[in-house]
Amino acid sequence: MSRIIMTAGINGAHKTAKQAEEMLAKAVEQKGRDCKVEFPNTGYYMPVIYSMTGRAVEKLADFEDVMAEEIKPLLPKLVDENLWLPYLGPALDAGMATLFAEEIIEACKYLIGPNPVDGIWLGAADDVILRERGIQFVDGTAPGFAAIVGSAPDVETAVKIARKCQERSLYVFMAGHHNGTTFAEQLVEGGVQLGWDTRLIPFGREITAAIYAAGFASRVALTFGGVQPGDYRRHLLYNKNRIFAFVVALGKVTDEWYATAAGAINYGFPTIADSDIPQVLPTGVCTYEHVVSNIPHDEIVEKAIEVRGLKIKVSEVPIPVSVSPAFEGERIRKEDMHCEFGGQRTPAFEWLRMLDIGEVEDGRVEVVGPDVDSLEVGGKMPLGIVVEVAGRKMQTDFEPVLERQVHTFMNEAQGLWHMGQRDISWVRISKDTAKAGFKLEHIGKLLHAMYHERYSNIIDKVQVKIFTDEEQVLKLSEMARKIWAVRDERLAGMTDEDVDTFYSCTLCQSFAPNHVCVVSPERPGLCGAYTWLDCRAAYEIIPTGPNQPIPKGKCIETTIGQWDKVNAFVLKASGGNVERMSQYSMITDPMTSCGCFECITAVLPSTGGIMIVNREFAEMTPCGMKFSTLAGTVGGGRQTPGFIGHSKHYIISRKFIAAEGGIRRIVWMPTMLKDEIKDAFIKRAEELELGGEEFLARIADETTATTEEEVLEFITKAGHPVTTLEPMF
Amino acid sequence: MAQDSGAEGINIVGMCCTATEILMRHGIPVAGNFLQQELAVMTGVVEVMLVDVQCIMPALGSLSGCFHTKLITTSPKCKIAGAEHIEFHEDRAVEIAREIIKIGIENFGNRKGKVQIPKVTERGIAGFTTENIFYNLGGRFRSSYRPLNDAIISGRLRGAAGVVGCNNPKQVHDYGHIAMIKELIKNDVVVVATGCSAIAAGKAGLMRPEAAAKYCGKGLAEICEAVGLPPVLYVGSCVDNSRILTILANVVAEGGLGDDISDLPVAGAAPEWMSEKAVSIGMYFVASGVFTVIAEPLPILGAPNLTRYLTDEIEKDIGGKWAFERDPIKAAGMMLEHIEKKRDALGINVEKERKLYDMEERRALAVE
Repeated sequence: MSRIIMTAGINGAHKTAKQAEEMLAKAVEQKGRDCKVEFPNTGYYMPVIYSMTGRAVEKLADFEDVMAEEIKPLLPKLVDENLWLPYLGPALDAGMATLFAEEIIEACKYLIGPNPVDGIWLGAADDVILRERGIQFVDGTAPGFAAIVGSAPDVETAVKIARKCQERSLYVFMAGHHNGTTFAEQLVEGGVQLGWDTRLIPFGREITAAIYAAGFASRVALTFGGVQPGDYRRHLLYNKNRIFAFVVALGKVTDEWYATAAGAINYGFPTIADSDIPQVLPTGVCTYEHVVSNIPHDEIVEKAIEVRGLKIKVSEVPIPVSVSPAFEGERIRKEDMHCEFGGQRTPAFEWLRMLDIGEVEDGRVEVVGPDVDSLEVGGKMPLGIVVEVAGRKMQTDFEPVLERQVHTFMNEAQGLWHMGQRDISWVRISKDTAKAGFKLEHIGKLLHAMYHERYSNIIDKVQVKIFTDEEQVLKLSEMARKIWAVRDERLAGMTDEDVDTFYSCTLCQSFAPNHVCVVSPERPGLCGAYTWLDCRAAYEIIPTGPNQPIPKGKCIETTIGQWDKVNAFVLKASGGNVERMSQYSMITDPMTSCGCFECITAVLPSTGGIMIVNREFAEMTPCGMKFSTLAGTVGGGRQTPGFIGHSKHYIISRKFIAAEGGIRRIVWMPTMLKDEIKDAFIKRAEELELGGEEFLARIADETTATTEEEVLEFITKAGHPVTTLEPMF
Repeated sequence: MAQDSGAEGINIVGMCCTATEILMRHGIPVAGNFLQQELAVMTGVVEVMLVDVQCIMPALGSLSGCFHTKLITTSPKCKIAGAEHIEFHEDRAVEIAREIIKIGIENFGNRKGKVQIPKVTERGIAGFTTENIFYNLGGRFRSSYRPLNDAIISGRLRGAAGVVGCNNPKQVHDYGHIAMIKELIKNDVVVVATGCSAIAAGKAGLMRPEAAAKYCGKGLAEICEAVGLPPVLYVGSCVDNSRILTILANVVAEGGLGDDISDLPVAGAAPEWMSEKAVSIGMYFVASGVFTVIAEPLPILGAPNLTRYLTDEIEKDIGGKWAFERDPIKAAGMMLEHIEKKRDALGINVEKERKLYDMEERRALAVE
């Protein structure tokens, strides 16, 4: 009976609230009311409280207000045993109060212990992870997440459940314990790799750590959904209709579990339990049922997906291991490795080329030389992978785009690890995978299947040749190198002036409805993931998709980069919100930003220059805002003169804010960004006769300046060329 | 003051439509419905019987004379022989109420003869409104009619019926209401009730939440269980019937069940009506598109053209129509038939495969 669930949930809410109150009192006693409180390196304060109430919790005193003004009024009366009032609404409120209370508990743990980050337990996901992983929930690479609470009856069952989730590209968020152990610890025992890379995330041992899952969902809605804090209704519906998450309860469901589950139902996340608890089958808050119970372990993942209303395509590739994006981040350590190829140990390369349709026999896989079973454990051999494709819509320009996919496809196979590209590739096969019967021909079958699955619009035929004979590998890679050199030259020389068509990218309009990326050869998409060629290939693959060709039309203004047809396109694609857009200016009609940008460039007015901060840099910047705060100002599809979001690659483009003077304007960058783009940046600076390394040294960073005044002081002393330029506006 | 005169305290109870008003707004207990007002006086414990304007039995005056009860009229529209008239004015409400209470207390000492209070009591949940349904179905954060619409679309609930109206001395007291309501909820139709009909249902225990498991079909029982509802929802007095219309309008607005009240799988009934007010209420339900069954026919049967129009042809014009049926079970059958007809028209009587969403389809979902 639901009444039992609701009663337990409301009881659990009272218990959790009491625990939070005690924890908070202890924290206040030890640290004082004004003690700062946060989840390290995250924006959005306490994300669940912030998104639901709009309250920005910054210090412990704010928690006291949340307790008195939000949690307590939300806590309903206990359910009467004889003559009960309607309890569904109150139980949902109790669930939300529980989530608020859990956020207090976990945040206090960061202050007074036990530290949530401990051993295998990860605690809150920082903003870098959120940006990298959260976007997958928006673009569809991750259909949703399974919040697994408790533990399976045994290690083997736990591993099976986790693998099934991975095969379906689902993230697994783990919290809570049952029977003295946890699902995460069971996976460790079963030799499964945990972490964000494998999509198996152990948040914490207690049920209160489930709040990190809710917090993650909330932050996705705030970051990518453009949902305003305090707009709780839109926020929860965004989660219900975009983030297809669900709770899997393994083991005895306690009052606190029920209360947390009630909180999850507010988000539209149902609970599927292995134990015999009452069910709540009528629909309405979630997409389908709210609580489904007594599901056998070998069906629980499938059942959960059905209850959540999720359609997931499982790749069926004729190889002995599973294939899914969830395995992409899996690493194979030396001791788990059966054998390896390349990585400076043996010669190795991969090369994709287009042939005439008659020259390719679809599905043919040829292995020339000894296979992996001839190797001892820990052995190595050369590897040459030649992928030959043909298709009526294939073009040589797509070769590099498709070649880069070898990395992704190989990593998506369980127990196969790939790094690098071209002739610096490095491949490992795990012991388990070799034991499952994986041979080199399976690499061919994998690539054949995946190219067909993802690129069927441009490719009709794929054949793969795999070489392990050293001499042959060396000979072929020499041949490939010549082709690569030609390709590089062509790509490097490609300018915006060379082409008469740019491409749009409106992939992010699902969360930033006004945003339109205009991708040109010299200005890649601001997420860094889409170059002009990528967009062109994507257009060929899905002609009605988010990447559309934009004929430039007549140039209106060369310096800032405006064309009449580009403007017309942007006006239409932004729903009439953006009238003019400059490809090369951050001051006059700058391009809008969605939320996925790798970097933000902002004007530092008194210096006459600009600062660039990359997403990974979590500290304060000279403009007085951290990246996360800046992102809130810049993102969401608005034109914000003086601020742009862009990719890292764009910094070294000749068109980088060309209207304002390009890289001469850069007065501040974090050291990590400087290091990352160093080589190309120096080359670009030399082209502009700014001096290579010397110019980089004249740019301030967090070790030399943290405020705008300090930047000004630094660049004046260093003789930065910006001091001789005209003001920016 | 009451204790000084030997009483334990003051017991205010309501009867008939006034009862449903003061229960709805102040949680004041109900002593009975329309046909029980004389019986209340006959318990011998009523110090003051306070009446306003309608559904007041003319014999109350002389009946009160047989007991110590003082009958007080308050409306300029209604004065009764043998009653004291204390006119009610909103601007002096508290003052007038004090005066009347005082009369009651002073009358306590006049109790005489045998006191006869029936032992039977019943409890129930009352007070559902157009507005609090949002909260009850989704809490503060997800408040919505969605679960109700979903329940109807999925077929757990076949539909909803408003069973309202008076008691009628031509029928066995409360029988029409209770028989009809039980028939409807057995067939998974949720019932909203007002006025004397609601009191009848309350007396029969149908407003206890656990009544759902006992009297309802499986689907309705499941919905009641999920939300914590009784199978009969108390939505106010007979003048609150407009509340039922606003609920229906919200159901239409929530979506998935047509574009007009006349598309909804719902029906209305007044199985024991007697007041002329019931005619005008019934007419606005019909005019809003609701099929409405009443027991005693309207006094129109002598005019075949008008009868045919109101019971048939009017449906084409405004979506609703009248029907007359004295047998409550048969009447319930007509309502059920109508509800199924509407379900068919909506296309929700077809078993649908569960829709599973891929990324494209998820993107297409609204988040407003």
